[in-house]
Amino acid sequence: MDLTVTDLACARGGVTVLERVNFRLAAGAALILRGPNGIGKTTLLRTVAGLQPAVAGDVSMAPESVAYAAHADGLKATLTVAENLAFWAAIYGTDEVSRAMERMNLAALADRQAQNLSAGQKRRLGLARLLVTGRPLWVLDEPTVSLDVASVALFGTVVREHLASGGSALMATHIDLGLAEAEVLDLTPCRARSPASAGPGTDDDPFAGVTA
Amino acid sequence: MIALLLRDLRLALRAGGGFGLGLAFFLLVAVLVPLGVGPEPATLARIAPGILWVGALLACLLSLDRIFALDHEDGSLDLLATAPIPLEGVVAVKAAAHWIVTGLPLTLVSPLLGLLMNLPPDGYPLLLASLAIGTPALSVIGTFGAALTVGLKRGGLLLSLLVLPLYVPTLVFGAEAVRRGAAGMDVATPFLLLGGITAGVAALLPFASAAAVRINLR
Repeated sequence: MDLTVTDLACARGGVTVLERVNFRLAAGAALILRGPNGIGKTTLLRTVAGLQPAVAGDVSMAPESVAYAAHADGLKATLTVAENLAFWAAIYGTDEVSRAMERMNLAALADRQAQNLSAGQKRRLGLARLLVTGRPLWVLDEPTVSLDVASVALFGTVVREHLASGGSALMATHIDLGLAEAEVLDLTPCRARSPASAGPGTDDDPFAGVTA
Repeated sequence: MIALLLRDLRLALRAGGGFGLGLAFFLLVAVLVPLGVGPEPATLARIAPGILWVGALLACLLSLDRIFALDHEDGSLDLLATAPIPLEGVVAVKAAAHWIVTGLPLTLVSPLLGLLMNLPPDGYPLLLASLAIGTPALSVIGTFGAALTVGLKRGGLLLSLLVLPLYVPTLVFGAEAVRRGAAGMDVATPFLLLGGITAGVAALLPFASAAAVRINLR
């Protein structure tokens, strides 16, 4: 089933940041969210992932289809790479650990504790978690942060394979993943009307009242 | 959920996991109180049940803020909330892991500390039994407090203030059971109340904790 977002409004820290968001994401397709910092890309992704309720509108998709990856990778520093992945594989009831490590170029690091990885290696491990979830819809928030060029290309390949196998991906990113087929949704027109008027000190723009 | 339990236990046992923190605190209390109170066996025997229970309670309290804080910091809590296991199950497992890491060792070493506190011989099985029945309630209530304060920086003080009043019934009936037993009186009533509190909070609070985590993740 496709992901359909209809007239969605979502809020951050009690202030509505996005309104009238409409899009549809079919199986095998990718949608890239664009927009300036603070527009509400993360908020939208968290709403789609079900971590926070929508203020208005509707998100419809098949149940249990989302794999969410945010800025924080959810890694345990004292567990090894393989143990981190094996935990998530057990949670999602899959058996893809060694394949995921191979595809994200982590096989050589399997027995290394996560605290001894570089930032880029941690990120690769965080993204490898997506592969062990077995979920069709990937919701990705800045997946390429701290990745080098080769790893970005590697991840682009992984996403393309995921799309080819009938999955879909919704991501906020400023970097070109080399996904020529991906659609781009610019969120700037969806900015909620004068979010600053709802009160100063919002999470996204604490100085809104000062400069206005 | 077994995987989550095993992961939490493994994390607790590895370096910096906090295993032994509560236990060490409990040992310190039981060693220091006789030094502070003075070497009168009769006085020690009289205060032993209360001191041992207060020590166990504070030892439990020490490690509460770790229950969710670490998972919240590294993003695992967000990921667990989107995982196929229900959040109620996650918090119940977290409480169970906290008990295995904190409450269970406390219970097991308590007879040894009873010796240091000159607890009357009749009190030993009751101390063990009351802690075994009562400490799960401490972990479950503590998980609820941790769920309410998840995401707060330095939420430890607030957590203690929230949780301590809820700990009072368990403390009262737990210590009372040991005191009565040591004095050779009937212990059925405090034990039933202790068991009732544990059963009640274990049945109800995971739902409240999960709701609190959901709200705090928004």
